[in-house]
Amino acid sequence: MNSKLLTAVLGLTIAGLGAGAASAQTLGTVKERGQLRCGVNTGLPGFASQNDKGEWQGLDVDYCKAVAAAVFGDPSKVQYSPLSAVQRFPALQNNEIDMLARNTTWTMDRDTTLGLAFAGVNYYDGQGFMVKKDLGVNSALELSGATVCVQSGTTTELNLADYFRTNKMDYNPVVIEAQSDVNSAYDSGRCDVLTTDASGLAASRLELKNPDDNVILPEIISKEPLGPAVRQGDDQWFNVVKWTHYALLDAEELGVTKDNVEEMKSSDNPEIRRLLGQDKDFGASIGLSKDWAVNIIKAVGNYGEIFERNIGVDTPLKIQRGQNALWTKGGIQYGMPIR
Amino acid sequence: MSVETQAAPRAVRGSSILTNPTVRSIVIQAGLIIGLVIFVWWIVTNTARNLAEANIASGFGFLWSRAGFDIAITPIAYSSNDTYGHAIVVGIINTLIISAAGITLATILGFVVGIGRLSGNFLIRMLSTVYVETFRNIPPLLVILFWYFGVLSVLSGPRGLEENVFGVYLTNRGLQVPSLVFSPVAWATLIAFVVGIVATFALSRRNKAHQLATGERKPLLWPALGLIIGLPIVVFLVTGLPAELEFPKANRFNLAGGLQIRPEFIALWLALSIYTGAFIAEIVRAGIMSVSKGQNEAASALGLTRGQALRLVVVPQAFRVIIPPLTSQYLNLTKNSSLGLAVGYPELVAVGSTVLNQSGQSIEVVCIWMLVYLTISLSVSIFMNWFNSKMALVER
Repeated sequence: MNSKLLTAVLGLTIAGLGAGAASAQTLGTVKERGQLRCGVNTGLPGFASQNDKGEWQGLDVDYCKAVAAAVFGDPSKVQYSPLSAVQRFPALQNNEIDMLARNTTWTMDRDTTLGLAFAGVNYYDGQGFMVKKDLGVNSALELSGATVCVQSGTTTELNLADYFRTNKMDYNPVVIEAQSDVNSAYDSGRCDVLTTDASGLAASRLELKNPDDNVILPEIISKEPLGPAVRQGDDQWFNVVKWTHYALLDAEELGVTKDNVEEMKSSDNPEIRRLLGQDKDFGASIGLSKDWAVNIIKAVGNYGEIFERNIGVDTPLKIQRGQNALWTKGGIQYGMPIR
Repeated sequence: MSVETQAAPRAVRGSSILTNPTVRSIVIQAGLIIGLVIFVWWIVTNTARNLAEANIASGFGFLWSRAGFDIAITPIAYSSNDTYGHAIVVGIINTLIISAAGITLATILGFVVGIGRLSGNFLIRMLSTVYVETFRNIPPLLVILFWYFGVLSVLSGPRGLEENVFGVYLTNRGLQVPSLVFSPVAWATLIAFVVGIVATFALSRRNKAHQLATGERKPLLWPALGLIIGLPIVVFLVTGLPAELEFPKANRFNLAGGLQIRPEFIALWLALSIYTGAFIAEIVRAGIMSVSKGQNEAASALGLTRGQALRLVVVPQAFRVIIPPLTSQYLNLTKNSSLGLAVGYPELVAVGSTVLNQSGQSIEVVCIWMLVYLTISLSVSIFMNWFNSKMALVER
């Protein structure tokens, strides 16, 4: 009786620990499950947030939808996991999610020692500061002695320490885990300064009691290339996410949009024909169907459409394309050729 | 037939080793230990292999690399140039500080309210009951969030404050009070304080010996106050007031200077103390009620006053009932201090999770967490067990 129990417990533990090792077949597992598990922010307007109907929307959310469309032809087959900054990497490492699209900065440390692989940059960002207007501060260099609210476990926290130390300034950090609590601490006057990525500042500002009483300072103190990440060691799945990103960029460059994608199938342009799977079956080479890119664009549009819909100048965030314009228009977004 | 008769004694001989209780228990225990060692070894190697396969770095080497982040409350020197290991030590010290402060206040609250629940005064009894029933039934996290977001964040900011003479300011940046800045001569005052305490102990022993010999009680309270408080004051005055007050001054953003107690600490401290105090109150009440009424009556019959009866007869007996469950409450409070994460008090779990996230070494950090809490809890247990054995009934 006892030995039977012991065998059962051992068996269960072996099964549990063994599952951690088998991570190589993500695409097959996702197809079998019929759903993509995507890690997103717990709530960052423009990138990942729930609307009043409880539907997820935002730039990162559209990347989840794009990958689901590429795999299933259906952008709704996504199960979203809202994750805090501290939770995000363990969730991906432990196989709880298939991909992480959570405004996460691509750094060498994360790319190497955390076992992650970044599939591209869907938003080039940089860290900035927001202060109350009535302080009369015009530059981040005047912030010596201030109390600064920051989210724990982010690159932001590290840049902040570096910036104040290199400029020989003092500050009081107030370090809180959830960005929403960081925002409310700033709003209630616990801190003088709120710091996060510039896009995050624009989003957080909208949630303050009086957005117009706050200004974003001109200094950008870091490079924050944000992008989707997957686990290392599964090249097929890495390619699916990476080429979904490039397909979105190439579609914008070639003028393929959500509305005209069907007509574009009969275009004479060989680049468009390759993207839309008309000449050669590129989908098969990454384990997807021939019309994978068509499905992506039908579901979420091209990169430009995603940008304008979620964070562009016509949205409350009013963010210019800037560095995130295509390379042909003065930016640095550059889709690798599909051929 | 002959086969059967020979077989029976052999069976008895053969089973004599198997049924020998000493041998059996040694074999079973050895088997269990070997099994456990194999199991742990297998878990460790399996985890290490899985981590290596997933290209995740492992090992404790990261503790010696640069942390890069700042910590809000640093009781020992720390900057972002120090190591992860150093940051974790800061977290441990912050955990110890909040636990010690919480245990002190919770004990005082618990004893006052616990005795209050037995008071003859209706108002005191009702207030104590309401306090216990309210805070015993609310999760501690909610109490912490209530103090932080509900009470301390709605205070006014530090700018445009009217200056006050005492230099004491309570704002949404915390409690700012003047601090004492000592010059080196102030050591004399500290030494006088220690001397006062030692002398008081000596006096108390002499008084006791005198009472045992003659039955006469000599006063202790006033000489003790004179030695512990009076002597240092005299030395302080004689050495020429070797300290001055530093008052908080408003700068562009904050009040600077003086002693600042941050709202994260205040919220966590009050919440933990009030929450645990409610449980301690019930333990104290139970302890006092466990002392039979006859003890009180016997004390009166011997001619002890009410105060003496409480101090010399009831409380020592009540303590025997109070101490064991009190130990668990102290351990609970220490472990609940990890909820400081929610309001950004940099205790062990808060600092550890930042380290975990910046370095990615989750298994190692979790091991450190478990080891530290285990060590703290066992230390508190050992101390309380020692205290308990001192208080235990000595049978003559």
